[in-house]
Amino acid sequence: MKRTFTFTFFVLVTLGLLAYALYQGLVVAPTEATMGDVQRIFYYHLPHAWVAFLLFFTNFLASIWYLVRRTGRADALALASAEVGVVFCTVVLVTGPLWARPVWGIWWTWDARLTSTLVLWLIYVSYLVLRRFATGAQTQVLAAALAIFGFVDVPIVYLSIRYFRTQHPQPVIAGGEGSGLDPRMWSAVLWNLAGFLSFALLLIWLRYRLALAENAVEEAHADRALGPEAETRAAKPEARGAAPEVGNKPR
Amino acid sequence: MTVMAVARRTLAKDLRLEWRAKDAVNSMLFFALLVVVIFSFSFDPTAEESRRIAGGLVWVAFLFAAVVALNQTWARELRNQVLDAYRVSPAPAVSLFLAKAVGNFILVSVLEALMTPLFIVFYNLRSVGPVYQLLVIAVLGTWALVVNGTFFAAISIRTRSREIMLPLILFPISIPALLAMVDATTSVLTGEASPRFWMQLLAVYDLVFTTVCLALFDTVINAE
Amino acid sequence: MKFLYLAYIATWTIHLLYILYLTGRYRRLREERKELEKQ
Repeated sequence: MKRTFTFTFFVLVTLGLLAYALYQGLVVAPTEATMGDVQRIFYYHLPHAWVAFLLFFTNFLASIWYLVRRTGRADALALASAEVGVVFCTVVLVTGPLWARPVWGIWWTWDARLTSTLVLWLIYVSYLVLRRFATGAQTQVLAAALAIFGFVDVPIVYLSIRYFRTQHPQPVIAGGEGSGLDPRMWSAVLWNLAGFLSFALLLIWLRYRLALAENAVEEAHADRALGPEAETRAAKPEARGAAPEVGNKPR
Repeated sequence: MTVMAVARRTLAKDLRLEWRAKDAVNSMLFFALLVVVIFSFSFDPTAEESRRIAGGLVWVAFLFAAVVALNQTWARELRNQVLDAYRVSPAPAVSLFLAKAVGNFILVSVLEALMTPLFIVFYNLRSVGPVYQLLVIAVLGTWALVVNGTFFAAISIRTRSREIMLPLILFPISIPALLAMVDATTSVLTGEASPRFWMQLLAVYDLVFTTVCLALFDTVINAE
Repeated sequence: MKFLYLAYIATWTIHLLYILYLTGRYRRLREERKELEKQ
């Protein structure tokens, strides 16, 4: 009961933040001089980029934790943060061109930040695909390894694309952060960041619990398949409080 | 037996197998040739234009050839359940990885060496910049593809749809390296810019990922 | 500025789709749990 109460409270807080952030972004923040009202897309675009990056970093940490400790919770967190991260990353990739088109007349310019986001998206989608296609208990270890590769690649991606852009300059879609941003604009960015961060945490929590619950059901199925004696035998060591089996089974 | 000794022995074995199974190599060669020809049909540039686009075309062709080669070498292991034998043996996983990676590197380099004259012919290529730079880029770039490719091939053979899984997880991570290879090659061919930054980036990429591969290979091989 | 509205609507559409995906999986989970209890 207490859990549902906390959850509902959290949902309400999130909705409140998002609503207020929307008000900040659409009403309070001043209209941008050169781009006009379209620039308000920025208040969704940038916070989603920051949250996505934070989530991918979480996936990196969770994957390392998993390789070290091999707990089901670490793996569930890795999966949840990657999935929600991809969702937020998708929003960045959709809002970017929608902003670029009216301002620059083109949908895409291989702009440094947007291109890096695209590569990030590709890397983590490939991680999710691997998780779907790998078979057996090894999925989690393989995915964790890929996650580490992916995140280690991130600084190299940013470096390479930034240099590529200085060689072949193109219009910049997301005008530099802090480049003469009115303080009311900053406030809109921060409120939206708070709202979407809260929203992301909510989604991760839901996905995390889903992953753990699904694992439990799968294990229950497996235990059933082994037969009723196996089930009681499996139950006994828990009751005796014996040490968990060595191996990669998630707990 | 030291790590390097085991690696060398395994590599020698792989190369011998490769030499004996010449039809696998031959089919890869033919595939590489087809790729070059088809690209040549698709793009028919003037000499000036060709210097600008050849970098990209050549490396995409090399990438395809590398993927075919990588899938092949692990498929053979899988067929003979060699993977399980390695897991049981006391040989360090690092040796196995080095042997596989170097073996793949040699194989892909041979493919590249055979594809390059074809590209030169079809595109009437002549480099403005120094050729030795192209060689350095080729070595660094090929290792970048092969080192991760070998690692990911070991991962993808344990999945459904394993042939498509390898490029699917390899390509996104290789994007910065590919960008570097292509841009560096173009810089040298056109002589318009210095490839130095890209070559340094490739060197860093190679160093970082070789380390990560060596560190994690044992974990991945023993995952079950 | 229709692009502005498009962008905000697209954002929430994406989030809504993900939430629908989650509810779908939660529903399937509940069904599987019910089946397990029946056995």
